[in-house]
Order: sequence, then structure tokens, then C-alpha cells
Amino acid sequence: MKAIQITVLVAFAALLMVAVVHLPPKGDPNSPANRAENVLNRPVAGAYYIQNAYLDAKTPNMVTVILADYRGFDTLGETVVVFAGGVACLYLLRRRTA
Amino acid sequence: MNEVSRDVVLRRHMEGPIVSPIVHICCRGLAPFIQITGLYVFFHGHYSPGGGFQGGVLMAASIILLRMSLGLADSQRVMPNRLPIPLAALGALIYAGTGLAAMVWGGSYLDYSYLPLPLLDPAMLRNVGILMIELGVTICVMSTLISIYDNLLGS
Repeated sequence: MKAIQITVLVAFAALLMVAVVHLPPKGDPNSPANRAENVLNRPVAGAYYIQNAYLDAKTPNMVTVILADYRGFDTLGETVVVFAGGVACLYLLRRRTA
Repeated sequence: MNEVSRDVVLRRHMEGPIVSPIVHICCRGLAPFIQITGLYVFFHGHYSPGGGFQGGVLMAASIILLRMSLGLADSQRVMPNRLPIPLAALGALIYAGTGLAAMVWGGSYLDYSYLPLPLLDPAMLRNVGILMIELGVTICVMSTLISIYDNLLGS
């Protein structure tokens, strides 16, 4: 059993190594992640954000603009989840006095 | 840690502070600096890594530090026991209210460029809108974490 575990782990490590070696270099403008158009020649959202984030919201931090403005509804959900977690802990953990 | 010693630790936290002037002075001196850092991270989220979640966690860390060092009773003046849950609701409401205000004044939900503030062009309005919702996130995260700590102490 232990031999199978080790074999599987080594196989996955080798797979990850191969994948890492074949990653495009950092900042390569021709890599699929950085191109302004996808394989079907349609514009990608990321390119729009990079070009227009500062113009739209006068905020240099692109991540903040995406998080709070373009994807504001998603962040609203995150906030409500945090609040709901707090309320759940309140009902689970509070000790009743009386 | 077995059940008995865990109960003992919990009871000591609930009943009284850690009795050591060194711990008191260190934690009381450290807390304001953590709060300033938290406010910086919150307000500087427009320009550098940071924002509501991280700033809220730092603010909560300062108050939990006071809770741990001074004890629950003596740190009531910093943040009363009953406050966190209403504050967390207020934070979420600030966020949702900003979105609703934009909707009432003619835009779609969470479209900050319709916020009813005079003398600002749409881009600046979105800047202010981001700041407002980050404020809501900060308040919500901070008070939720404090509330979880208080509830763990059983208060």
C-alpha cells in the first residue's frame, strides 16, 4: 500500500514538473493568458480591464477596481458570507445565561 | 490539550486578565499601531495591495490582542460585547445600501457612477463608491472576527 502511495505521489510530482517546465515565460505577450483576443479572435475581459481600469475609476490599483467595481456583486456576496458566518458562530457558540 | 486544561484556560480568560504588567504595557502599546496599520491598509487599497478584507482583519487583530491581554471585562471600553454583530450587519448594509443608492438615482445596481454626490465626474464617483463599499467590508470583517472570538469565550 505504501509503495502505491509513493508511486502515485512521484508520478504527480513528475507531471507537475513537466507542466512547470512548459509554462510560457513570465510577461510573455504572446502567451494565451496575456493576449487581448482568445483563440476565436474575440476580445477578452482581462485586456479591457487593463486598458480601462484607471480611466473608469481613477484608481491605480487595477485589482481593487476589478474586485470592487467590475465584480462588485461578487464582493457583496463575499461580505454577506462573512456576516452569515459570524451569525452562525453566534448561534452555535453563545452560552445562554438565564 | 485535554478537556480539563482547556476549560481552565477558558475560565481564566473569562474571569480575569493575564496578571503581568509587561504583557499589559506591550499589548496596550502595540494595539494603536496595529489599528493605524489597519486604517492605512484600508485607505490605501486604491493605490497598493490591501483593501477592506485585509484592513478589517488588522483592526480585529488589535482588539483581539486587547481582549487576550486585558481580559474580557477590562477591554469592554474599547469594543463593548454587544456591538460586533450589529456592526457587522451595518457593514453589509453600507455595501448593499451603496448599490441601492446608485439604483435609486437611475443606474443599475452597484453602478457607482450614478451616486448622488455633486461636483464629481463619473470616474471620481466610482472611486468614491469603491471607498464606500470597502468601508462596509472593513466594518463587517472586523466585527465578525471580534464576535467569533467573544463567542468562543462564551459571552
